[in-house]
Amino acid sequence: MQTRFGNDETASGVGVVEPSHAARVPVIGMRGVGKSFGAVVALRDVHLDLFAGEVHALVGENGAGKSTLAKILAGVYAPDTGVVMLDGVPVAFSGPAAARAAGIAVIYQEPTLFPDLSVAENIFMGRQPLRRKSGIDRRIDTAAMRRRAGELFARLGVQLDPSRPARGLSIADQQLVEIAKALSMEARILVMDEPTAALSGVEVDRLFSVARSLRSSGAAVLFISHRLGEVFALCERITVMRDGGWVSTDLAGATDVDQVVRRMVGREVSSLYPKQETDPGEVLLDVRGLTSRGVFSDVSFSVRSGEIVALAGLVGAGRSEVIRSVFGIDPYDQGEVRVAGERLRLGSPTAAIAAGVALIPEDRRQQGLVMELSVERNATLVRRWSLSHLGLLRRSSERREARTWTKRLYVKAANLSDPVSTLSGGNQQKVVIAKWLATTPRVLLVDEPTRGIDVGTKAEVHHLLSQLAADGVAVLMVSSELPEVLGMADRILVMHEGRLVAELPRAGATEESVMFAATGHRERA
Amino acid sequence: MATEQSTAVDAPRGWGATLRSWDAVVILAVVLVAIVGSLTIDGVSSPRFWRFVTIEMIPIALIALPMTFVIITGEIDLSVASMLGLSATVMGQLWFLGVSSLPLLIAMCLLLGASLGAVNGTFVTVFGLPSLAVTIGTLALYRGLAYVVLGDRAVANYPVAWTRQVISPIPGTTIPWFIMVVVGLAVVFGVVLHATPIGRGLYAIGNNVDASSFSGINVARTKFWLFVITGMVSALAGVYWTLRFASARADNGVGLELSVVAAVLLGGVSIFGGRGGLVGVLAAVVLLGVLRNALQLAYVPANTLTIVTGSLLIASVVGPNIVAMARQRLRQRRSAAPPVAGA
Repeated sequence: MQTRFGNDETASGVGVVEPSHAARVPVIGMRGVGKSFGAVVALRDVHLDLFAGEVHALVGENGAGKSTLAKILAGVYAPDTGVVMLDGVPVAFSGPAAARAAGIAVIYQEPTLFPDLSVAENIFMGRQPLRRKSGIDRRIDTAAMRRRAGELFARLGVQLDPSRPARGLSIADQQLVEIAKALSMEARILVMDEPTAALSGVEVDRLFSVARSLRSSGAAVLFISHRLGEVFALCERITVMRDGGWVSTDLAGATDVDQVVRRMVGREVSSLYPKQETDPGEVLLDVRGLTSRGVFSDVSFSVRSGEIVALAGLVGAGRSEVIRSVFGIDPYDQGEVRVAGERLRLGSPTAAIAAGVALIPEDRRQQGLVMELSVERNATLVRRWSLSHLGLLRRSSERREARTWTKRLYVKAANLSDPVSTLSGGNQQKVVIAKWLATTPRVLLVDEPTRGIDVGTKAEVHHLLSQLAADGVAVLMVSSELPEVLGMADRILVMHEGRLVAELPRAGATEESVMFAATGHRERA
Repeated sequence: MATEQSTAVDAPRGWGATLRSWDAVVILAVVLVAIVGSLTIDGVSSPRFWRFVTIEMIPIALIALPMTFVIITGEIDLSVASMLGLSATVMGQLWFLGVSSLPLLIAMCLLLGASLGAVNGTFVTVFGLPSLAVTIGTLALYRGLAYVVLGDRAVANYPVAWTRQVISPIPGTTIPWFIMVVVGLAVVFGVVLHATPIGRGLYAIGNNVDASSFSGINVARTKFWLFVITGMVSALAGVYWTLRFASARADNGVGLELSVVAAVLLGGVSIFGGRGGLVGVLAAVVLLGVLRNALQLAYVPANTLTIVTGSLLIASVVGPNIVAMARQRLRQRRSAAPPVAGA
């Protein structure tokens, strides 16, 4: 507890140097921390020191393990290996409450407030000041609660009415409520997980001044972000993560955007990605001026037969939303979608399927499969009408169809009548793919086709996509894995905040150039 | 063949699994109650007993058919008894006003039922309101309209030919012929649910609305038509009710929705949707009917009767759910779900 606020020795701004840190005990020290979910390694052997009075940036691509690390600090996950030390003492949090009690507060990208309670009640939820400390009268001292909430906002230098309901607050204001809550609990370690993703420029500036004032009062801030410009503007030190592992920690002054980007992506593009060269044929998918207000705007592109086109960008750039609209799951406000020249009806997946479009969705457990139904039923769900005769399903043709496609995709299942939930993640993904390939699509939309599946299956999926393109299918792929994008795609479309900002041919694209466009930087000369 | 492993909710089953299924439990219960009843209670073994059981079961069995579909998709319709009552009063009023063709009366009732169901369906699918709330509302609304139509009056002067015909026995038996209508509809509903693409879609919707939409199933349209069909069948039950009691009153069928929902749940359909089948539901309708009538014959007071059926319902709803939960638990442990590694 020796560093709770007011320890100013390193808060002198520009001159922060490594030695002064080394001489002190970090408030948070992570030593060799690792975490896996089943076969997926989310974090391995991560070392990170967080000192009082610093704003420390944590950057990395999607899937680098940043959020997992934040959740370990929040007490949501327990690390599988390694230790987390608090003031030099190893700790194991039994849950989020324990982490909060230890003075760690996590602000998420989308705060979860009680919308119908007042701002003050949200701040003091579960710890409301009472009129009397003891006795039978346990009424809440509303006046004191409001006053103390007001004091917290004053300390943060923001104007917010403590008695207004939380409903209707902007995301930025909701985050401020969360920060005030953290302050009220005397948190001295503040983890912000992509807090600026939904904020406007002014709101970002205000958040930054709050972060700086926290720093000068001796708190440690871990700032997780994609936006490198902000990182360099705010933080003293920058830690880069990649593929769940620690890559580097540098003083902000000792590195630059170029170097950080290289470290974020720095991998070899391996032979895992075997896209064959094909001669693109006719345009099969043509999207013109697609706009969905507040989500994406004026998106135009086309995909030819035999082509794989990747839609790259950061999480939240609007990639998945675009392909959901193309497929008809979500409506759109303006623009049109044509498949082989025919205009698709808006908002109708049935029409899209009839036109030969297939969508392998992002979230296979929620969108791709009906987990409780059998492998067979899932594999034939889309084809159920074509497999029936005079309106009646024929079990034999269903079974034959399911067997054919699961075999073709090497799905490992003990029994096709087992629930699909009993399969491994990779095999589940193959069932999703089987289900859609069975419809023999002309246009295949795939959203994160290899997320969370093992390397071997990944290679199979890539091989399959390449094969489909060679057979004349037009493939549009959303992927957050840059190596996959670069290895598989003939062309790369990059989205940033709802707009297409760059189109890169396969030959000219590098991980760096994609990342630059995706983070909203102009392409380097 | 079935193994000890949990099977998918609608997977084809071998004989072993069928014997252990909930359907079998309910059918066995029917047989047990019938045997024990005829040995211990005077009159249960008589043909008259079965005639009364059938006459009483018919409206419940009818409405249980579409209700099974609705509950499998994860919705519920509590307004069925009120739709029955409103159709009955409208039929009575039309007869009173001089419409004397039975086919015309039936057609108009079915049309009315379809519209009432369409109102439910519109609120649920277009406005996205929970069906529980919507149909509690229309339960009161439709019953209120029934009182507007007939007030405290009863219309009872139907031709004897009609009222006698509806419960006249199949030649050579004591069972009323109307049961054939129920059986015919049950076959249609059973085939649709278990052997057509539509049925597949219903189970998919009940288990996962998102994945169903992504698979090209029009969830809203499907649910809308289910409510319409439920309205039509409830109206048909209203016609039956009117003729069977030779009386159309605004309070016809009050409380019937509970018997219907009880039978559907007792039949093994999950209140959360996605599970269950028609065989179990029909067996449960019979079970409830036999049990009730047998106990009545044994001079069990009406209050006790209600307690027995209530307890049975609770036990039956809890029973399959506990089994399902245990299975789920096991399954989850087996395939410890890997959350997506965070960005």
